[in-house]
Amino acid sequence: MARHISQVAPSRRTFLKAGGGLLAMTVMPSGQIVGRAWAQMPRSTKPETFATLVQMSRDIYPHDQIEDAYYAKAVGILDEAARASEAELALLEDGVAALDQAARDKAGVAYGEVPAEEERVALLKAIEGEPFFQKVRSNLVVGLYNQKELWPIFGYEGASADKGGYIDRGFDDIAWL
Amino acid sequence: MAAPYDLDDDGVVVIIGSGAGGGTLGTQLALKGIDTVILEAGSRHETWDFINDEWDSFSQLAWKDKRTTSGDWRVSRDFPNLPAWIVKAVGGSTVHWAGASLRFQEHEFKTRTHYGEIEGATLLDWPIVLSEMEPWYAMAEDRMGVTRTNGIPGLPGNNNFKVLEAGARKIGYKEVHTGRMAINSEPRDDRASCMQIGFCFQGCKSGAKWSTLVAEIPKGEDTGKLEVRPDSQVLRIEHDASGKVTGVVYADAEGREQRQKARIVCVAGNSIESPRLLLNSHSSMFPDGLANGSGQVGRNYMRHTTGSVYAVFDKPVHMYRGTTMAGIVQDEARHDPSRGFVGGYELETLSIGVPFMAAFLDPGTWGREFSTAMDEYRNMAGLWIVGEDMPRAENRVTLSEETDEYGMPVANVHFDDHENDNAMREHAYRQGAAIYEAVGAVRTIRTPPYPSTHNLGTNRMSESPEDGVVNRWGQAHDVPNLFVSDGSQFTTGAAENPTLTIVALALRQADHIAGRMAKGEI
Repeated sequence: MARHISQVAPSRRTFLKAGGGLLAMTVMPSGQIVGRAWAQMPRSTKPETFATLVQMSRDIYPHDQIEDAYYAKAVGILDEAARASEAELALLEDGVAALDQAARDKAGVAYGEVPAEEERVALLKAIEGEPFFQKVRSNLVVGLYNQKELWPIFGYEGASADKGGYIDRGFDDIAWL
Repeated sequence: MAAPYDLDDDGVVVIIGSGAGGGTLGTQLALKGIDTVILEAGSRHETWDFINDEWDSFSQLAWKDKRTTSGDWRVSRDFPNLPAWIVKAVGGSTVHWAGASLRFQEHEFKTRTHYGEIEGATLLDWPIVLSEMEPWYAMAEDRMGVTRTNGIPGLPGNNNFKVLEAGARKIGYKEVHTGRMAINSEPRDDRASCMQIGFCFQGCKSGAKWSTLVAEIPKGEDTGKLEVRPDSQVLRIEHDASGKVTGVVYADAEGREQRQKARIVCVAGNSIESPRLLLNSHSSMFPDGLANGSGQVGRNYMRHTTGSVYAVFDKPVHMYRGTTMAGIVQDEARHDPSRGFVGGYELETLSIGVPFMAAFLDPGTWGREFSTAMDEYRNMAGLWIVGEDMPRAENRVTLSEETDEYGMPVANVHFDDHENDNAMREHAYRQGAAIYEAVGAVRTIRTPPYPSTHNLGTNRMSESPEDGVVNRWGQAHDVPNLFVSDGSQFTTGAAENPTLTIVALALRQADHIAGRMAKGEI
């Protein structure tokens, strides 16, 4: 389902504050509405800013098999840090505002509504040396890839000592060589 | 029972650092009946405390105190405050090492003779030859239980090794095997055999891997002649009017300054901290730092020419299962200038988990080029290049303007790759990719050097006092009762992982120190 969401033009997406989190709703071409609640409720950034950061995070490290909720969890780290620091908050809000402006100048819509990934990537490429971009990117290195729930998707099994290592669990099971 | 020694006891040998050099030396001196105190900057974590999680383990074990960097090496750009990935804990980086235990080759002790004059490099022959080191290598191998020595079988090859081996043989390499490893392939020395856990870098949780923490220090402590004092960061070494060292000042666990007197001081803090400490121990008698009459302290910093090749296949490999360094190709370790560079390199399997792969695969890159590689993690095999790099006078550790929490200047590590390093790395990247392409790799990725694990050479050993910091015994040219006991005494770096040589030198040095003490010479 997440795969479909990411392939749908984000212009069909809306974000609603719902329950304890943010609800990302996507209207599918069929008219069906697909919703996915993120555990993260923006605590400092505006909901639109938060949603743009999620889209931006996906565009930086795009994994079609990973749902938005995991990117949102990573962005939640930035959002949380921005609670305690006006400078951090300004970096995010101003960064997203500038990114949206660049998108409007180029594509006539905000960043999150630019339909094609390549176009969004081109917008990011133009700012990749800037502190805002580096903040969002570097946050993902640990914020995304250190989420244990994602490791099985990559085929990584994590801790093994508690399972007796791999001596009897396939350390040399390669069969295709 | 570990011996507690008094701060005012001026009869003890004080060793700074408890890793391959310091931990071995301290244990060996204690076994010889000599009163020894090891001051270790880090804490003591035991086998059962280690964590099978890359970032959590990094927090637990890594030396994270601030350092700065300069120079054209990529580490300075990618990890400006983390030039080295080494351990701050009892056992030092033997807690983290992968276990590869290779002897240096004969010519590697005589690089100036064999490689000739290389512009921009400060090659120098060691004041020792291989034949003199052989008995100490043999003793070290026995002590560490190195596989493929002393009748100890090799470790079984894991998936990552099998891919490497198949590819290497296909392109004609002959010296391919599961390595000479200080990891038990069968129970030995009261330690169990390897369970193929992986996570060798995070501290071996089965105790199969040799470290000074599990295999040396406890034996030293059992003699009642060794005290290991953790959480003790040495700030400076003191001396008397005659120029002999008298003890060290260190910050204890509470940050209070303590003064431990000493008959002899041995510095073994790894190649960044050791010169930092000597440089910081300046005085009116030694204005440029202790033992630095030559101006060589901190110079000739080496880190091996490294890099990784990760290869993506269309079927699963699960390279992370089992030992991290699971096998080796040694054919390129020879000196053969026809390849376009002097010296040689080893190719050794390496695997890192998803968290570290994200951080190290190609730092800074993003987009689908990066994410599609991560998507193939399960289908990846990987190797690490370990090659001899050129010593250079300007590649050096210096004291920065910045100070740490104790007011001690932090170390700056400057490194510029020599053109020989770049030529070797390029060759190794090409050969590494060829190995994997020979067995069907659909993509190969050149991973730039990680923060340095092999830090060498900043207190180099030399025949002549003008050329280096210590003599053939690791004894400071300028200070008779001061020794250097870690990899910083390496004159040149060789192509091999340094630990076995550090241990062999420490065993040899222990013999020397004990002999000189018995004669009342120091």
